[in-house]
Amino acid sequence: MSAPRDEMPDLSGLTRRMDSQDGRRFWQSLDEIQETPEFLAFLHREFPENASQFEDPAGRRQFLKIMGASMALAGLTGCTRQPEEKIVPFVRAPEDMIPGRPMFFATALVEGGYANGVLVESHMGRPTKIEGNPEHPGSLGATDARAQADILNLYDPDRSRTLTYLGDIRVWDDFVAGLRSALDAQRGAGGAGLRILTETITSPTLAAQMDSILKEFPAAKWHQWDPDGAHSARAGAVLAFGRPTDTRYDFTRANVVLTLDADFASAGPGRLRYIRDHASTRKLDGGRTSMSRLYSVESMPGLMGSQADHRLRLKPSDVEGFARALDAALGGDASAGKTWGAWLDPLAADLRANAGASIVMPGEYQTPAVHALAHAINARLGNVGKTVFHGTSAEARPIDQIASMRDLAYDMERGAVRLLVILGANPAFTAPADLDFARKMDRVPLRVHLGLYDDETAELCHWHVPQAHALESWGDARAYDGTVTIQQPLIAPLYPGCKSPHELLAAFSARPSVKGYDVVRDFWRAGGALGADFELGWRRALHDGVVPGSALVPGAVVPSGSAVAPVSPAASAVPGTPPPPPPSGGMEIAFRPDPSIGDGRFANNGWLQELPKPLTKLTWDNAAHMSPGTAKRLGVTLERTARGIQTDIVELQYRGRSVHAPAWIMPGHPDDTVTVHFGYGRRRAGRVGNNTGFDAYPLRTSDALWSGTGLEVAKTGERYTLACTQDHWSMESRDVVRAATLAEYQATPDYARKRSHEPPREMTMYPNYRYEGHAWGMSIDLNACVGCNACVVACQAENNIPVVGKQQVAMSREMHWLRIDRYYAGGANDPETYHQPMMCVHCENAPCEVVCPVAATVHSDEGLNDMVYNRCVGTRYCSNNCPYKVRRFNFFLYADFETTSLKLMRNPDVTVRSRGVMEKCTYCVQRINQAKMEATAAGRGLRDGDITTACQAACPAQAIVFGDINDKNSRVAKLKAEPRAYGVLSDLNTRPRTTYLGAVRNPNPRMPPIPAGEPIDETAAPQSAPGSAHDEAPAPGHP
Amino acid sequence: MSQIFHHSTNTVSRVSIFGALFVIAAALWLTLQFSRSPYATGEGLVRSQPVPFSHQHHVGGMGIDCRYCHTSVEISASAGMPPTKTCMNCHSQIWATSAMLEPVRESFRTDKSIEWNRVHDLPDFAYFAHASHVNRGIGCSTCHGRVDRMPLMAQAASLQMEWCLDCHRNPAKYVRPQDQVFNAAWEPGPDHDGGRLAREYDLKPSTACSTCHR
Repeated sequence: MSAPRDEMPDLSGLTRRMDSQDGRRFWQSLDEIQETPEFLAFLHREFPENASQFEDPAGRRQFLKIMGASMALAGLTGCTRQPEEKIVPFVRAPEDMIPGRPMFFATALVEGGYANGVLVESHMGRPTKIEGNPEHPGSLGATDARAQADILNLYDPDRSRTLTYLGDIRVWDDFVAGLRSALDAQRGAGGAGLRILTETITSPTLAAQMDSILKEFPAAKWHQWDPDGAHSARAGAVLAFGRPTDTRYDFTRANVVLTLDADFASAGPGRLRYIRDHASTRKLDGGRTSMSRLYSVESMPGLMGSQADHRLRLKPSDVEGFARALDAALGGDASAGKTWGAWLDPLAADLRANAGASIVMPGEYQTPAVHALAHAINARLGNVGKTVFHGTSAEARPIDQIASMRDLAYDMERGAVRLLVILGANPAFTAPADLDFARKMDRVPLRVHLGLYDDETAELCHWHVPQAHALESWGDARAYDGTVTIQQPLIAPLYPGCKSPHELLAAFSARPSVKGYDVVRDFWRAGGALGADFELGWRRALHDGVVPGSALVPGAVVPSGSAVAPVSPAASAVPGTPPPPPPSGGMEIAFRPDPSIGDGRFANNGWLQELPKPLTKLTWDNAAHMSPGTAKRLGVTLERTARGIQTDIVELQYRGRSVHAPAWIMPGHPDDTVTVHFGYGRRRAGRVGNNTGFDAYPLRTSDALWSGTGLEVAKTGERYTLACTQDHWSMESRDVVRAATLAEYQATPDYARKRSHEPPREMTMYPNYRYEGHAWGMSIDLNACVGCNACVVACQAENNIPVVGKQQVAMSREMHWLRIDRYYAGGANDPETYHQPMMCVHCENAPCEVVCPVAATVHSDEGLNDMVYNRCVGTRYCSNNCPYKVRRFNFFLYADFETTSLKLMRNPDVTVRSRGVMEKCTYCVQRINQAKMEATAAGRGLRDGDITTACQAACPAQAIVFGDINDKNSRVAKLKAEPRAYGVLSDLNTRPRTTYLGAVRNPNPRMPPIPAGEPIDETAAPQSAPGSAHDEAPAPGHP
Repeated sequence: MSQIFHHSTNTVSRVSIFGALFVIAAALWLTLQFSRSPYATGEGLVRSQPVPFSHQHHVGGMGIDCRYCHTSVEISASAGMPPTKTCMNCHSQIWATSAMLEPVRESFRTDKSIEWNRVHDLPDFAYFAHASHVNRGIGCSTCHGRVDRMPLMAQAASLQMEWCLDCHRNPAKYVRPQDQVFNAAWEPGPDHDGGRLAREYDLKPSTACSTCHR
């Protein structure tokens, strides 16, 4: 597992510094490991060039002249009096609403059709923050980055506000009249010309509405399209079971997990639950000495690959061959392991040894055959019914969406579609390129679009109806396990004309202007699922955020084991050997939704645009990802400049279409493959999302949604600047991340702590302070953190953190209080990956405090490193002196003080910072103070668990724990007493209050060692022939 | 060579050097005094209100408890301002036709809030929690003054940070028995022992910045 030192030549200086006892060396970028002059120059600056000095062409003198004048005038502004304020009480106060205390309402956010159970914090009627619903099976209190950022979508000033017909403002009644007359024309033919296109739907109410429409118009068709939908899973289930089923996993009972291109932490409706369950088997606190083992086969480095104990990078097309070989090997075919021998045999043995307690998980980005094979393997291992469950699909109508879209495009082409109603989807942007959907839409005489934004599809439609945000509308949806949540609105639509999909479909009915509330309520009243006393059941379901007993019982529909039998014939219909290698010279292309903005629907969300993507740390752009070897072969180079990272623009030619994309070198990526993220390149996303990144959809065809061969890549010679945060705030490879194998941990449980030389407490010039009462501290488990970014956005939402834009990010001026550092260890081709959330660690001996000339950062008696904005004069000495690089400076007025809708979004308990002020993590001091006040009001002391920081609350892995370290029974105090606990840079005697639990990996001793030490220079040579890249996994010379 | 400067110049220069020091010191002193003056802090300032609501009448005269109107003072950071409905509980019966109360009735009729002018206005970067104070033996009148004697609400204190810290550094000076918190007329009696109460209530108010600034 460890990387022998001699395999990394030309790194003498670095090696010396990075030398550590277990032989792991951590690095963040290829520049860093090669110690290029650019990187060293970059490192020795606190901020990149121009970030801290003024080099505007206007010139210094001119600048000083202007500044002199404005300073003279600015002095006068200090003479203003505090403006008078009004108090505006209610006329009739709503019951239960207490001014100054937030209320929480359970509802659901729907992504990909599936519900994400949330609790939304409301301040005096304004939703301000989204938290997970602990009672919801898919959330258990956690959220992901997109759910956190959805609050910004609600208040997005670019949202569509008015109902339009051909761009002219109309009212709802006009629309109903227009729709009615078109429907009347259809009535004679039974609706043969009517097509309704939705996204994936799990909503029982919407399904019932659709059913009644289809009953009235029997010849009409309901199409569905989700660019990021479970197309392969659906087809795979049909292949395996003859019908679409959902497969669910119980990671808590799995000792061994194999993912086949399945990044279950970032995709799929059950991801939050899966992260939690999987993390619970990897935590080593409370005296546990064993943990589960994760094997990842990946075509694009993902979050679960970064958690894996063994990771195999394969081209997308090779994964199916691997799955076939594994299936054969488990079936006793000794010759099966020929191709992947070194990897396959120990893996098969490990799976066999854990039959019934293992999971083989197929990924959405693989072929249906891989899904069918995985189902067969799970059945073979006896996992079905124990760790793997097949059950009724939670989707209202699980159809083959690709066929559905083809069908629709064909009907539009031949003029059979007279009325097209599009609910929420944006097919003009997201439909497979070969369908030529946008052009064919032109042939439909009447087109209706319901959407949050006036987007690419709205542009092509006659009618555009602004959609109400999920937090403004009634509805319902199912979670990954089928549990229904009834959505309740937190606020009336900000723009009065907004309609929910239920209200739009109601326009088809006899009650065209019925409220969404009545539609949903009537459905549930008629269904009788809420118990004999409907009112009671309804209120309980709304309060809890789940409809009791609505989960779909797994296994009830599909008998386990035997039903899987058909898979083998189906699979063997395709030749059992690995698929033929791609045409010589051709490369493979893989498509993925963007890790931040998804399929493009979040493109106008500044928080997500600026969120560094989990592994690449790119912001505001997507890129064509390729391995270091492929990049070398293509002559692609990255160059660090003062204003971002310059990269080559490559032309991707694929099936007669081509796009230009900036290239990005991705360690751990398979060779001769390019992965592109779709969702960027929007033309009509809004002011934030327009013209960011490049559009990858034009390359995506309906027969190869996720990957295909025959790509040709050529350097165009043009360069492009990317804003990447991976080396910002670098801590120069000091011993920051600490990791060990399980065996090493068992031998030396305190391996992490042993590596720091913490000075004795007395060794300080300052008098030691005794913390009586509370002493706040935090523990972060590096073994649990998957790097999903939920905490970063949660922090941004909670603490009113502004967005700065691509240019400013490129100059290291991003404002995130919490960043997740991604570290690699080993070679560039197969690195181990570690994520480390890093925010202010609240040092007891804080270096920042002693250098502040105005005492704007001082220590509290509970150990908080306080930041006092109204004292700060912006010298930035504190930031210079912070060894953790966690302080952020408002170089400009980043916070938006103007936009009205955004004012509603702010957390009223946190100051909105102005220009010239330093800021950083406060341990969510507003939550500490609120909890203290509530405890005082209740006449009791604070209890462990009363305070959760925003990052802690969002974390699906429960990696972050906050509390009082003076309370020896608190969770955080116990975690800090764990042998794995260590403080980052604690040898500086900073005594950080945030400590980390070292990472532990659980490698299989029988597996071949990771070819870690492949020297970077040699990656130039393209790896051996496709399909056999890993024959030589045990590199020559390895033990 | 004759002297350029007259002999008296020595005196003038000495006086002006010392004078300058004095002038600078005086300017600083004046600035400080000014910033603490009621003119700058608004202490004692009475603001006009859309309805001339008299705490003297309602609290002093009628004996209505503070919490009848300021309902959330014990459980929330905000004391809460009464909705128009609270006024109308009584004033639909008493003084139901008074011209002075027309804005109240109008608000109730039209469903438009009465817009009161804030009297005790902390800066936006200071976060104050009523519940933390009234539950720990700090009375309303400690900060808001004798509202039972105010025909119109006036700002009772300077609301400057040094005023807050005066109590946070030594709460024994201001603490009162918990059952007297809402008694505006409470005065420390001869047997009042603030130190004992502060110990009894475990009052250790923090003077850390993040207590109020965040």
